Amino acid sequence: MNASQATGRAAPLALATPLVRLDSEPYYHATGDELEVFAAAAKSGLPVMLKGPTGCGKTRFVEHMAWRLQRPLVTVACHDDLTTADLVGRYLIVGDETVWMDGPLTAAVRAGAICYLDEIVEARKDTTVVIHPLTDSRRALPVEKRGEYLEAPPDFMLVISYNPGYQSVLKEMKPSTRQRFVALDFDYPEGDIEARIVGHEGGVDDDTAKKLVKLGGLTRKLKGAGLDEGAGTRLLVHAAQLIASGMAPAVACTAAIARPLADEADTRDALDDLISAVF
Amino acid sequence: MSERKLFAHELEVRLDELLLLSLRQRSAAEPAAQLEALPRALQERVLHWAGVAAQTSDDLGWLIASLAAEQAAALGEQLDDWARAGLDAYDCSGLAATRKALNEFTAASRARALRSQDSVSFGAVEGRLSRFLQALDGRPLRLVGGQRAWTDTETLWLPERLDAASDAAGNRRLYKIIATLLWAQTRFGTFTIDPEPELGQWPDRERALAWFALFESMRLEACIAAELPGLAQEIARQRGPWPAALAATAADLARPQATAADSLACMAELRRVGAGDTPNFAHVGALDPLAARRVRAARIARETAVLRRALNVLAAMDGKAGAAKNADYPPLAAEAGMQVPDPYADLLALPPAAQEAAKSLLQDLGAIPPEALHAAGPGAWQPVDGVEQYVAAGVTTQPDAFYDEWDYRRGAWRHHWCHLYEMQAPVGDHEWVAGVRSRHAHLIRSVRRRFEALRGEDKPQKRQFEGEEIDFDAQVEARADRKSGSEPSPRLFVHRRRIERSLAVMFMVDMSGSTKGWVNDAERESLVLLCEAIEALGDSYAIYGFSGWTRTHCDIYPIKRFADRYDAGTRSRIAGIEARDYTRMGVAVRHLSGLLVRQNTRHKLLVTLSDGRPDDYGDEYRGRYGIEDTRRALLEAREKGIRSYCVTIDRHGADYLPQLYGPAHYAVIDDARKLPQKIAEIYRKLTG
Ligand SMILES: Nc1ncnc2c1ncn2[C@@H]1O[C@H](COP(=O)(O)OP(=O)(O)OP(=O)(O)O)[C@@H](O)[C@H]1O
Ligand SMILES: [Mg+2]
Repeated sequence: MNASQATGRAAPLALATPLVRLDSEPYYHATGDELEVFAAAAKSGLPVMLKGPTGCGKTRFVEHMAWRLQRPLVTVACHDDLTTADLVGRYLIVGDETVWMDGPLTAAVRAGAICYLDEIVEARKDTTVVIHPLTDSRRALPVEKRGEYLEAPPDFMLVISYNPGYQSVLKEMKPSTRQRFVALDFDYPEGDIEARIVGHEGGVDDDTAKKLVKLGGLTRKLKGAGLDEGAGTRLLVHAAQLIASGMAPAVACTAAIARPLADEADTRDALDDLISAVF
Repeated sequence: MSERKLFAHELEVRLDELLLLSLRQRSAAEPAAQLEALPRALQERVLHWAGVAAQTSDDLGWLIASLAAEQAAALGEQLDDWARAGLDAYDCSGLAATRKALNEFTAASRARALRSQDSVSFGAVEGRLSRFLQALDGRPLRLVGGQRAWTDTETLWLPERLDAASDAAGNRRLYKIIATLLWAQTRFGTFTIDPEPELGQWPDRERALAWFALFESMRLEACIAAELPGLAQEIARQRGPWPAALAATAADLARPQATAADSLACMAELRRVGAGDTPNFAHVGALDPLAARRVRAARIARETAVLRRALNVLAAMDGKAGAAKNADYPPLAAEAGMQVPDPYADLLALPPAAQEAAKSLLQDLGAIPPEALHAAGPGAWQPVDGVEQYVAAGVTTQPDAFYDEWDYRRGAWRHHWCHLYEMQAPVGDHEWVAGVRSRHAHLIRSVRRRFEALRGEDKPQKRQFEGEEIDFDAQVEARADRKSGSEPSPRLFVHRRRIERSLAVMFMVDMSGSTKGWVNDAERESLVLLCEAIEALGDSYAIYGFSGWTRTHCDIYPIKRFADRYDAGTRSRIAGIEARDYTRMGVAVRHLSGLLVRQNTRHKLLVTLSDGRPDDYGDEYRGRYGIEDTRRALLEAREKGIRSYCVTIDRHGADYLPQLYGPAHYAVIDDARKLPQKIAEIYRKLTG
């Protein structure tokens, strides 16, 4: 009987968490000073919060920064069932042994990775508090189940994202969580930059990309008047991809932009009108 | 009776029997042949009326039979009315008049049929068009139905009905084209020039304006083409090629540098060679430059003032600038004693309302006028009393509470300004609620189902003696304990307990006079639906109505207090909600948030149902004052931990809402009838 069996515990099992190492540069077009701010925060060991509407490049930015800083990336999509154990880790029974498995957060701390918690407001409040000791001067993760106090190496970095357009009063982030982060505001990129992104990502010519961006801009004015949110860059990229694969622009825009945005008849019709006005 | 159609020879026999035609040497062969194609039921109706008419006179019988044979197919269901109209006409004015009346009836019914198929009403496209226009650049435009199509730069009138195109889709397109060209007038400078010197030289002003509108449409079409090429193509298809005589002018005005001045130049040239009437184009609206310029001038003055005031605040905050004290208010850039390379750089620092004003000025003038860039002097505040003293005299009872009100003009509170009364809510017919419940039974069921799913997350409690699930951690530990020889714990299960949503919601319902009718019905129906849904959720909620009449008469009607249950009493008070007076909103927000804040829940939400902006008797509360006070009240509520959300039924796009509630904290519903359907969804989003 070895030591770990005697305590009923095995060595950490490093399976489930994917530590992504990016070998090639993920395409990202900077829209402000976000590259510098992020790099500086990384250097100072400060956590970063990305705020912005859906589909405006937050995830892509983190991937890009992970590549730039040459650190592995762990991404967790938060949801309302996410428990502390899902983040930190739990014991499993393997055969006749109990085996500890690190959760993604613990794995990221151990590996000195960037841990990206996407849509943090979706997670339950009691789950979000586990990140607190990691986000202040302690920079440590207590793994209570194992009685372990993991100090984060300098390369570990915590990044969260959050969409302030959220309407639920129950899902606002607590000030005590908020105020631990360096915040970067994301928004849809400026017209020309967005056109370049759409052209690059969607594989369409400049003229088509500009038209798609124009359309995106028009839909964003309908926010609050028929739409909860205008078309994000992601939707424009989707439409571009459909066009690049040979679909007629109007059909592609209807399928990739108008339909995902609206159910209500008047708004759908107005979106169709906008599509046919632009193309 | 069999449903088989009668054949021509059978019809001929029947007609002959009815009308005794063979005696008169007339033949029923022709009408019989025409009738053969009709369905049996219609054939029988024709025979019926021919018989009835024949009892009055043989000639009338023949007339009805022969005309009915020609026209029955077109008349269809209306055959009976047609025949009755014919008999009436015969009684009044004889046979010749009868023929005329019958033919006219058929013509009118044909026209009606065409109309209902192909023409399109303003109401049918309003929602779609207003969204479309909202997405386009520039200042928001209000859409209104009217006699003709034109715009005064703030409101856009469109005809109540369009049938110039050959089908419904075409008429819808025509609405869009007309509206877009009118939008383009406000966007691309039709009103930035004074056309009166040119118009004054025309003997016929109407004709002059028609030419101006036509030339402008040529120019604007090209402006649209640069931004919205697809739409420009639709316009070109709609109008067809320009007549040869106009083609050169159209091409000239399509130059990117062309302005409204070029359209006027074209008019001058036309005037010299002699102008007839304009060709008729369905897509070109009318122009009323005088009305437009009046509205525009008022707006420019207003927005210049907004901008100057904002710059004043900015200057005061700057500290180094003495704008408010300085007699002649030099421009900001000069004040700061530095060169500002971009004269608009200052504008970026302005609050949203002032930025909007600046954008609007840019749209009107192409540049911000220098006087707008001077900060305004200190505003002299004048108390506006008068009516209020008079109204106050009528009040005898003691108010339940006094509230301060924020006066933005003096930047200070008016203490004890509003007198608040908690009134007894009137009782309505609680059967009405039962009606709503059965009418919306399906909706209520589906909403309840969706709400039930929201009802608090399940919180697993670990290490319980019993529970729905196995606690793996505990099991593992117990196993390890057993192996190592120590006593394992029997607490091996997870029990799921529902955790409280801990949310209290206050619904503040607008009972102002303007809600009378549909809006009031929609509010009451929505409340029924909300109650049904929230009961399923278990959130704590209250409903209060508010209305009033000047600051000394601010009334609050408790419909359902937090402690009240959704019972027959509450239901009849919902049914009893009625349209009353005005909307002094600030005081209502203050009072109700005071009640809400006492609730012992973690989250507190104030939802306002209203049909428009804050307003009260007398000009004072209307407009900016009311908005500023309400905004203040909402901010105070926010500081107490109350989140606010507003649901507004405002057909004319509520442009003041972002200012009051902040982006994403309001919903505008353009049709009161949709409120009940929408409200539950909004609540779910808000608290899900
Ligand atoms: N600045 C940018 N540079 C490169 N690509 C971009 C940029 N902004 C957006 N994109 C494109 O938009 C797509 C969507 O972006 P991304 O997935 O990063 O959005 P997000 O902000 O994370 O959205 P969500 O909040 O919904 O997760 C990307 O896949 C990429 O194609
Ligand atoms: Mg993302």
